[in-house]
Amino acid sequence: MKPRSKAKRIFVNRLIMAISAAVSGLFLFILGWVLYAVIMRGGAALNVSFFTRLPTPPGVPGGGLANAIIGTLMMTVLAIAIGVPIGLLAGIYLSEFGQESRFADVIRFMCNVLMGTPSIIIGMFVYALLVVPAHRFSGYAGAAALAILMLPVVMKTTEDILKLVPNTLRESALALAAPRWKVTLGVVFRAGKSGLLTGILLAIARISGETAPLLFTALNSPYWPRRFQEPTANLTVTIFNYAMSPYTDWQQKAWGASLLITVSVLLLTVIARFALAERRK
Amino acid sequence: MKKFVHSSKSIRADIFFRWLTVLGAVIVVLVVGGIVLTLLLHSRLSIKQFGLGFFISRLWNPVTGEFGAASSIYGTIITTLIAMLLAGPAALVIALFLVELAPPKLSRTVGLGIELLAAIPSIIYGMWGLFVFAPFMASHVQPALAKTMPYLPLFRGPPMGIGILSAGIILAIMILPFICAVTREVFMMVPELLKEAAYAMGGTTWEVTRKVTIPYGLHGILGAMFLGLGRGVGETMAVTFVIGNNHNISASLFAAGNSIASTLANEFTEASEPLYLSALIELGLALMVLTFGFQAVAHLWLKSIRKTTGVGL
Amino acid sequence: MIVSNKRVTVLKTENANLREHRSQSAISEPKVMVSVRKLNFYYGQHQALFDNNIDILERQVTAIIGPSGCGKSTHIRTYNRIYELYRDQRVEGQIMLDGQNILDDNMDLIQLRHKVGMIFQKPSPFPMSIFENVAYGLRLHNKMPQGELVGRVEDALKRAALLDEVKDQLHQPGTQLSGGQQQRLCIARAIAVEPMVLLMDEPCSAIDPIATGKIEDLIETLKKKYTIVLVTHNMQQAARVSDYTAFFYQGRIIEFGRTTQIFENPSMKQTEDYITGRFG
Repeated sequence: MKPRSKAKRIFVNRLIMAISAAVSGLFLFILGWVLYAVIMRGGAALNVSFFTRLPTPPGVPGGGLANAIIGTLMMTVLAIAIGVPIGLLAGIYLSEFGQESRFADVIRFMCNVLMGTPSIIIGMFVYALLVVPAHRFSGYAGAAALAILMLPVVMKTTEDILKLVPNTLRESALALAAPRWKVTLGVVFRAGKSGLLTGILLAIARISGETAPLLFTALNSPYWPRRFQEPTANLTVTIFNYAMSPYTDWQQKAWGASLLITVSVLLLTVIARFALAERRK
Repeated sequence: MKKFVHSSKSIRADIFFRWLTVLGAVIVVLVVGGIVLTLLLHSRLSIKQFGLGFFISRLWNPVTGEFGAASSIYGTIITTLIAMLLAGPAALVIALFLVELAPPKLSRTVGLGIELLAAIPSIIYGMWGLFVFAPFMASHVQPALAKTMPYLPLFRGPPMGIGILSAGIILAIMILPFICAVTREVFMMVPELLKEAAYAMGGTTWEVTRKVTIPYGLHGILGAMFLGLGRGVGETMAVTFVIGNNHNISASLFAAGNSIASTLANEFTEASEPLYLSALIELGLALMVLTFGFQAVAHLWLKSIRKTTGVGL
Repeated sequence: MIVSNKRVTVLKTENANLREHRSQSAISEPKVMVSVRKLNFYYGQHQALFDNNIDILERQVTAIIGPSGCGKSTHIRTYNRIYELYRDQRVEGQIMLDGQNILDDNMDLIQLRHKVGMIFQKPSPFPMSIFENVAYGLRLHNKMPQGELVGRVEDALKRAALLDEVKDQLHQPGTQLSGGQQQRLCIARAIAVEPMVLLMDEPCSAIDPIATGKIEDLIETLKKKYTIVLVTHNMQQAARVSDYTAFFYQGRIIEFGRTTQIFENPSMKQTEDYITGRFG
């Protein structure tokens, strides 16, 4: 029997600890690198025209992505209007009525499947469902794809938050002869309000940056988004198109759009996590 | 007098409410079913035409109508593999740092940073990858790799910056936060008592982690890895920007290639013929199966820790 | 021998008893294994131990009794500095073991924990086989050929009175054993590395009476080789098993002496009240 070198053991331990700190630092550095690039390059492209003008052909100066900004906002709002209520309802079903049933287990499983489905597949599905029969790309299809993307996230958050509300709250409300729906929407919801809001904000953050589901649903357009029944300009597909193009001014605009998207998404994420977490305390 | 009986209006409202929630739940089922059905239905044409050979054929010729998934599947697997090889161990040591090494305030800050990595949309990684990272790879990393390991076919060919290797690295950055978050939870779930007992025997932090913490949480850690795999194969935009979009299979990691998702992103809107479209949808079906497979395995692994510890994840 | 909250009379009687004992038998006075001086302990701002002074004697069983929350576990957790895993816990004072102040910054923790083993309240088998559990400490500190390792493991299991029950299932997971067996596994694990001191923090509180009896018998055998410090809330257990007893109350050592004296003829009123069950 030989005693194992203590110095070696301590060395290995210190080495691994140093590596773990270094790797953590590396990824923080990468975060900084990405954000720096987005801010620097995007910032250079942002000016008043960016927010107010329509896109111009490549090489023609001026112009902006005002239509894409509006288009993204419009589709996001519509997606929220569809996805959030359905997600809430499904989540309420799972938490309030579906504790023991087999059917609820199937629903939960489906929710997980949907959450794991690549967003481009969802885009393909909506293409087959809404674009092909109508023979055109549309803002509706885009919003629908985004809504489907939101749906499982809202659903899961709703179930998780509502399940945390203690049963005694429900029972006391029911004992006062309140109808079930009032109990749920009034008492239980109110108790889980901040958690639900956090979940919804995070879901919105997620879909605001999505490109793949819009690629073959809303497509893109150089015009103002007037009606939902036609291809709708949006920031993310614009980034895709412009970045892949050989024109530097288009690429610059793509960076500008990237900055807008990044700021919105990160802002929403931070607000969701911090502001609401504080309120809960 | 107390009201013991709900008015019939109230009962009707309750029933209506309950059915409304059921409707919401049913919609979810319909959507999932719809996706699967759509994929199956629309890929029928391609399945009939190419059969099983679809998955091994390297051909991809929209003009002659010959399609094969091999290069897309290859690209998907290789980039995801690279991503896992990089992100897996990295996530483990970062989780170790966050749970065992860093003081609470530092742990929260660094943890937030890692979470922000996850919040950045895929297309932003694509932009950064194409315009910042790829040139960096081309001028610094790839020549260095080629010089140090010239005998390996892995690092041959012109250092273009874009390609399989770069796509794999960016994918690693993107899936790391997910693996890290789950691994962190797993580490925190190991009972204090067990860790104390291991330290009390004179172990160093790494020894305790290696011999007690990791084995205890092995199922969870493996589940996290499979979760990362599931996400990696479906990543679209970042990979599309950087992978080069070439339907070739090359031994070199510097070469351009494609993944299933990148092929779909690039070619779906240009698919004019029904067969072309059907082939693409069959690709989508393959992707769905892959994703689902990994998620299912991850789920099973994660569920089994619930059984051994009585705590859910 | 030093007693905290000193009453000179206690000291005098103690010395008198000792001298009598010594003259009766030719055994030399047991030497001091662990010597604690002016030990204070803090959880953040809150002080949990106040001016603890005690001498733990070699190869004797010293029981530490007192009502819950009085600092018993906190006290012995200073002996192997396991409290250092938690950021806001700190200590003042001095603890001498084998000629070294173990609270010193230069103290090698690995060496300390090799010398001071610990058994916890809840059995804590590692997620590995029975064999691997016992081999854990041996493997950490030594490189030995497989044959020798097997020998050491089986020897430790034998001395922990567990070998007969598990010898055919050494490669089964340790978690499959019953509570009492798991605790004996932890004891085997601890004694395999031949510590000097064995700390036992309420080792029987989570296991059934029959298994408890087996462990108490085990303690009787183990004390021939190891110095044992046993924290227990079970006074009868302390009376049965220990040679010396320390009574803790609200973070202070109220009285310390031979177990027989503490239980039959306590000098402090608080000790008497606790022993007779007037509080606790």
